[in-house]
Amino acid sequence: MKLDVLGHDTYCYTGGKPFDAAKPTAVFIHGVLNDHSVWILQSRYLAHHSTNVLAVDLPGHGRSSGDAPESVEQAADFIAALLDAAGVARAALVGHSWGSLIALEAAARLQDRASHLVLIGTASPMRVSQVLLDASVNEPEQAIKLVNVFSRSTLAPPPSALGPGTWVYGAGMALGRRVLASNKQVNVFYRGFKACDSYNNADTAITRITCPVLFLLGALDQMTPPKAAEKLIACAQNSGKAVRVVTLPVGHHQMTEAPDATLFALRDFLNHQRSVTVL
Amino acid sequence: MSGYADPCFDTLCLHAGAAPDPATGARAVPIHLTTSFVFESSEHAQSLFNLERAGHVYSRISNPTNAVLEERMAALEGGIGALTVASGQAALHLSIATLMGAGSHIVASTALYGGSQNLLHYTLRRFGIETTFVKPGDIDGWRAAIRPNTRLLFGETIGNPGLDVLDIPTVADIAHRAGVPLLVDSTLTTPWLMKPFEHDADLVYHSATKFLSGHGTVIGGVVVDAGSFDWDASGIFPELTEPYDGFHSMVFSEESTVGAFLLRARREGLRDFGACLSPHSAWLILQGLETLPLRMAQHMRNTQKVVEFLASHPLVARVGHPMLPEHPSHALAQKLLPRGAGSVFSFDLKGNRAQGKTFVETLKLFSHLANVGDCRSLVIHPASTTHFRMDDAALAGAGISQGTIRLSIGLEDADDLVDDLKRALKAAEKAA
Repeated sequence: MKLDVLGHDTYCYTGGKPFDAAKPTAVFIHGVLNDHSVWILQSRYLAHHSTNVLAVDLPGHGRSSGDAPESVEQAADFIAALLDAAGVARAALVGHSWGSLIALEAAARLQDRASHLVLIGTASPMRVSQVLLDASVNEPEQAIKLVNVFSRSTLAPPPSALGPGTWVYGAGMALGRRVLASNKQVNVFYRGFKACDSYNNADTAITRITCPVLFLLGALDQMTPPKAAEKLIACAQNSGKAVRVVTLPVGHHQMTEAPDATLFALRDFLNHQRSVTVL
Repeated sequence: MSGYADPCFDTLCLHAGAAPDPATGARAVPIHLTTSFVFESSEHAQSLFNLERAGHVYSRISNPTNAVLEERMAALEGGIGALTVASGQAALHLSIATLMGAGSHIVASTALYGGSQNLLHYTLRRFGIETTFVKPGDIDGWRAAIRPNTRLLFGETIGNPGLDVLDIPTVADIAHRAGVPLLVDSTLTTPWLMKPFEHDADLVYHSATKFLSGHGTVIGGVVVDAGSFDWDASGIFPELTEPYDGFHSMVFSEESTVGAFLLRARREGLRDFGACLSPHSAWLILQGLETLPLRMAQHMRNTQKVVEFLASHPLVARVGHPMLPEHPSHALAQKLLPRGAGSVFSFDLKGNRAQGKTFVETLKLFSHLANVGDCRSLVIHPASTTHFRMDDAALAGAGISQGTIRLSIGLEDADDLVDDLKRALKAAEKAA
């Protein structure tokens, strides 16, 4: 569905179910050169199991208009505005890669309006090499290839989004090209990477959140190795947050390389924490 | 960057989509000969049917052995995914039926496999889909043939049997300017010789019966999607961009930004038309794919020697292979097919029809049959077999005469093939 967020058309995939603000809501935030479609399996499942889903195309990405966020902070403001536009009082924030930083910063700002925080393939800091930053501008096709090679851990993933017969690596390449082409004004590849690289507030933001947090990591992740999340996890634990860590034997494409395991970790976290809250 | 994490073509032929079987440790891909798959629970069943979780339900829609072949072909072509089907013809029909219905129009090359020509010219007309045929090299003709209801441009990488090389970059550009995709039949070239997606084609299909399986043992087809065509931006494919009542009111292009075509083709096409591939057939094709690079290299080496022999023989009027400078597609083949323009080609005998008959019947190593892309060398007379439904004008349009002989060069020793041809040509000469 389309929402007017800060004066711009914003696309949100609702998982094949009509949006219903009365249900618990989960907002899914994609990473660099991705869009809502990276969440299809997980968001469609939750939408059909009593959760309201808003899998958003960030501004200037895919089906959403507006200026692509220049920083994690700017994107976090957008997420807050998205909740307002949708009439959602509280929501779980689920982010992947760059989207995990956006979800984190948004949760810190939204305080009690964030019911859960799920950080998939995260790192603090999330530095991007100068080589990759330069390639995203000068050789985007080569840079898309580098990102997808580093993101995969297997040549034989289980049936995934689109179903059996999908070549996950090729789908990642095609999506990267499509999202890059979707914005004629701005190189969203470079801008997204730069936003990741420039964000320095993760360790502080995690101490400010008021909701439980799930770290969903890939043991074979070369983009955001589990080690790169250790400091953030420690910050969360040391500041007394309810922390759950799940590490899957996959790379950076957790949602497609381990679709069921990612879903179950997400579902169980959302359900468990809801039941704890009720009790 | 190539290496373990970014494997090259030969490695993908062996490993893409498959790992040792976690249940048994089997190293080769298991053949999953089962119609259906047990659900873990009612909730699991519901999730699979509603595409909330990925998995196999019924082998008409998907099967683990077929899925390996689909992933492997997508990897080799540079696509996002693939569908295996019962034959190359089923692949063509599925592609068309997914994209359009009655009232639609196709622009296609005249240089097509006879079966494809039949489907477009006769059968689909009965279902309200019309086709305008254009000579593959007539670039203005492609452009001029497009109508408001055109939904697809279609050609073969190298046209059967004249071996007219399709100028894929140019025809793709014409298609994209018209807001429609380009579908390419890549059967005769395989991704070892050319990857049409690298030249901006949008959809590729193969008769896997030919070089992919390579041993003349199985009928099968595969459709691969590049994931590059923007159905929403085109705006003329409601089949992919508007809710489909036949499947949970799903909007395929919202569900998957790059995979709408494959989603509908599987969820509607395989479900309703049902032209699925047996897992056993998929396995045979996988066996062939594992040696595709080795076989294609040998096909090309043998073809070069045979073409050179025929081109210098006094009883041969013409050899129609793009490796020869006089072939109209020579320059284009050098550009698009640097590894070779295939091992299926035709030549014209000097002499009458009886001499042609003697030639075919004298051959020993070359088998007289209606197939190409076998590991064994093959021969056929197109005008009386594969293209027999076409009248003289249509035959001429496809570059075929009554004296044309088609060869498919196999993997035998090249010297033995040349000897066989030499004997048959001598016999034909005596039959004058």
